[in-house]
Amino acid sequence: MGQTMVEKILARGAGKDKVEPGEIINVKIDLCLGNDVTTPVAIREFQRMGAKTVYDPERVVLVPDHFTPNKDIESAKQCQQIRKFVINNNIANYFEVGRMGIEHALLPEKGLVLPGEIVIGADSHTCTYGAMGAFATGVGSTDLAAAMALGEAWFKVPSTLKFIYTGELKRWVGGKDLILFTIGQIGVDGALYRAMEFKGVSIEEMSLDGRLTMANMAIEAGAKCGYMEPDDKTFTYLEGRAVRSFEPVYGDEDAFYEEIYEFEVSDLEPQVAFPHTPSNVWPVSKAKEINIDQVVIGSCTNGRIEDMREAAVILKNQKVHPAVRLLIIPATQEIYARAMKEGLLDIFVEAEAAVSTPTCGPCLGGHMGILAPGEKAIATTNRNFVGRMGHPDSEVYLSNPAVAAASAITGRITHPQEVASP
Amino acid sequence: MIVKGKAWILGNDVDTDVIIPARYLNISDPQHLAQHCLEDIDQTFATNVAEGDLIIAGRNFGCGSSREHAPLSLKATGISGIVAASFARIFFRNALNIGLPIWECPEMAAEVEAGERVRVNIEKGEFYLLDKGTTFTAQPFPPFMQQLIKEGGLVNYVRSRLKEAN
Repeated sequence: MGQTMVEKILARGAGKDKVEPGEIINVKIDLCLGNDVTTPVAIREFQRMGAKTVYDPERVVLVPDHFTPNKDIESAKQCQQIRKFVINNNIANYFEVGRMGIEHALLPEKGLVLPGEIVIGADSHTCTYGAMGAFATGVGSTDLAAAMALGEAWFKVPSTLKFIYTGELKRWVGGKDLILFTIGQIGVDGALYRAMEFKGVSIEEMSLDGRLTMANMAIEAGAKCGYMEPDDKTFTYLEGRAVRSFEPVYGDEDAFYEEIYEFEVSDLEPQVAFPHTPSNVWPVSKAKEINIDQVVIGSCTNGRIEDMREAAVILKNQKVHPAVRLLIIPATQEIYARAMKEGLLDIFVEAEAAVSTPTCGPCLGGHMGILAPGEKAIATTNRNFVGRMGHPDSEVYLSNPAVAAASAITGRITHPQEVASP
Repeated sequence: MIVKGKAWILGNDVDTDVIIPARYLNISDPQHLAQHCLEDIDQTFATNVAEGDLIIAGRNFGCGSSREHAPLSLKATGISGIVAASFARIFFRNALNIGLPIWECPEMAAEVEAGERVRVNIEKGEFYLLDKGTTFTAQPFPPFMQQLIKEGGLVNYVRSRLKEAN
């Protein structure tokens, strides 16, 4: 019996020829990551461990992105603590406001996460890097502290579920819709403790941005990781970006999958997750007369350049509905700069959207767009839990950028084809 | 250690955003976090929870964000631990790492009612429902995790590894 990509990567990290699902192993990690919410706790635990310096200053990445630019004195103190740690440990990959981005959009762009690698991050959406052909998973602060001290982490080898998508996607349908649809099918614990492998023609034809969106939300199905095996698109993207040489890993033909799901998606409509769980998924045509107060286009899920372009196609020569606030947050400085050069920011501002510097901000109800009681938002983000974007009596609907932009124009959840110019 | 307390019942898919909302994540002091624990789904919990109480939940407890503030805030309320039908994986790791007792026991999660008094043997994962006279035993952890728990969590484990290396 052969092995899946993830089993092979973990075996290599553990210095073994083979690993079995369920086996507990200790692996060497290639990179570890923290943000401004999780790193302060990790620093505290790192010190309690008696660690003096990080195991490798090149392999630790710290990105203050959640409450930055600092929203209040307490968050400013958290970032200050990280800066001191960065200086004391000579950490090479620290990204300050003005040079930073939302971590999971930033790291692939900087060529810091590479095919065949093992990456852990004290942020649940670390699973995003599976789209680069890496094994990447979210952990907590104490795990990050241990990784910074030892360069190692323990894992239970996950079994793998395979998801095969066939068919040409309709206009206005992309990675976000496939992953929402999938979570709707299997539920928020449908892949609990497991790896999700995304395969098939629809994935081969999908851009890297779309793939990153899909792997990003694997955690919303409870998965340990979600991934695509690397291909020419991955390698082209990494040209001129990769900071290290890398060795791609591919699964065997006869690998064991706990379950194989096949989805024919050529008829799939844009999908919307209704409150208060990412698995409460419906085609956008089922969203009738749902008026909204706020729209957020951004986040580690959908704040990349293609997402910006998709929103701009809809918003060009249009105005945001008078009762709606539209917030657009390019996920990194590079994306922001590209959006500026391509004229997308002009389109947004002329449509009367507020364009923000990169931040996780409203996605987790941090700042920059908090909802009042009873308010409804549609967002390209990843979670719609109770109180996620603000007051516990507010509501969040999740969608792709085109649906979010179209809804900003009409003031209610809308199929993009209703407002798109032919 | 044997502890007695009453049961607090929560449903399926309790996420870390409701365990501790992001508006409190600008501070990481566990005692401060405990004052706001679960307030978006139960405003009485943080004030009425007593030392030794037990949380009983359904499937996928602790899903969502990786914030360690969630198990830290629960631990700081003084609860003896959490019994759930299943746990989300990052929460599971975090709880083990920081020494918050958790047990998977779907049968017990389905049986216990709100306010019921429970006697807990923390080391053995044994539960006695004082009012009904029923006993439950949680599934034991794999040996590596038992060792981690025995050593008092990941901090102690790493500390001894670092000492060995020196």
